[in-house]
Amino acid sequence: MSDRTIDNAAATVGSATPEEHDDFTRRGFVKVVAGGVGLAYLVALGYPIYRYLHSPVEASEAMAAVKEVGLKDADKLPKGSALMFKFGLRPSVLIHHLPDPAHPNDEWVALTAVCTHMGCTVAYNPATNHLECHCHGGVYDANSGDNISGPPPRPLKKYLVKVAPGIVTVSRT
Amino acid sequence: MEKAQQFLVERLGLGGIIEIAKHKTVPLHRHSYWYYWGGISLFCFIVQVFTGILLMLYYRPGPEAHESVRQLTYELHFGWLIRSVHIWSASLFLFSVFVHMFSVFFMKAYRAPREFSWFTGLGLLGLGMVFGFSGYLLPMDDLAYFATKVGLEMPKIIPVVGTQLSYLALGGVEVSEITVQRFFALHSVILPMLFLPLLGLHLWLVQTHGSAVPPSEEEKPEPERKSIPFFPNFMAKDLAMWLITLNVIAVLAALFPGQLGEPADSLKSAPIGIHPEWYFMSQFQTLKVLGRILPGSIGEIAGMFLFTAGLVLWLLVPFFDVREKAALRARNTTYFGILVIVGLIVMTVWGYLGVR
Repeated sequence: MSDRTIDNAAATVGSATPEEHDDFTRRGFVKVVAGGVGLAYLVALGYPIYRYLHSPVEASEAMAAVKEVGLKDADKLPKGSALMFKFGLRPSVLIHHLPDPAHPNDEWVALTAVCTHMGCTVAYNPATNHLECHCHGGVYDANSGDNISGPPPRPLKKYLVKVAPGIVTVSRT
Repeated sequence: MEKAQQFLVERLGLGGIIEIAKHKTVPLHRHSYWYYWGGISLFCFIVQVFTGILLMLYYRPGPEAHESVRQLTYELHFGWLIRSVHIWSASLFLFSVFVHMFSVFFMKAYRAPREFSWFTGLGLLGLGMVFGFSGYLLPMDDLAYFATKVGLEMPKIIPVVGTQLSYLALGGVEVSEITVQRFFALHSVILPMLFLPLLGLHLWLVQTHGSAVPPSEEEKPEPERKSIPFFPNFMAKDLAMWLITLNVIAVLAALFPGQLGEPADSLKSAPIGIHPEWYFMSQFQTLKVLGRILPGSIGEIAGMFLFTAGLVLWLLVPFFDVREKAALRARNTTYFGILVIVGLIVMTVWGYLGVR
């Protein structure tokens, strides 16, 4: 189609040789400019729409970027139980372990509670001292956060925990 | 009366449609039964539009989503029925589309000149599954929450843009009210706007090319083939099937009404025995199994690769299994179809056994 119209255009000029068809013609120039303008329009229209759709993501990312969370009265959490909390927006778990000679420094452990496989929230099982995901059967160690069995590809991230009377402070490592 | 009819036919240019209706026939052979499943799918879609509009009159997306569905289900007269019909008809729609697709596949109805009927049909199935996925979140109960979370975890495997795509769909880094609002717009505006023209094209192609016959019929000489008029004979049968479908939906909705779980809470762990709707079960189970036998994220990547490759092959079948090519290709395509259908059924059943 376009070849034919170029041929017609060349025929009206009369002196065009086949080589000149590959040259930078007026038609080619218009095509490039029109394409460029079209692309610019697309970007000009697309960018505000993208930013419009993306704005809650930015707000949410800012909320998720907290460095430290204080949990009021969490120091009274009984041994052998867990408390779910949000670190920014991320579901997380604070565990007060029973005394264990194998892990003397792990009396208080805070981990993200988001399964590294598909993002479901995990549950603490005090009987096995594991964190378990009911979606696809992932299992984590409740001291280290290591993935023990099931599909999870990575361990749960561990937070730093500071316990003071009336408040437990959890922060990023 | 006859004059009025003549008046309308002339003014509205209905002559062409009447001519088509007079001459349109549907082939009659021992596999004719399968011709009903496209019509059943269409009927379920009509039910979805009707009940969907009724649900929309009370549903409030955003922070009140769960509460509005609770009121609708438990306080409004027959709200439970409208919602249950919507849920069951959605399932039945996808079921009949699957049956329709596999019958088309094994009758080799995707062959020339019907390639675009195949492509548009697969497009409609894809949109139907997105309809199901987006509609599932709207009640915002615990199952809905985790189903959406897991579903939108998958695009993150796509390199570079995956995570941002997922965040853009979620409207944040987590499932929230904003996600519900987005999914509502998708489910009730964007998807219907895409679905309707595609459905129009699909139906128009059926008019243009007529119903395909299986190869066993094609081999017969023309005089030996039987057919019945579409209007009124086949249409009467079609309507009878629609009536049966309506009854099935009504019985299922009345006996097994749609449930509503606890409001979504990201701090609560996923409920025990959580599993997706049946039409996502085979993919869910495949990912689960691959995750067990392959280390780390490789399982997920292998799963996504398998789904993508399978889908592309499935889509391109009309270009591989062409009438003019050797019978070997036709046979291999049939084997491929059997492999797919057996795989889907085995993984689905396995998935349900694993849940129990």
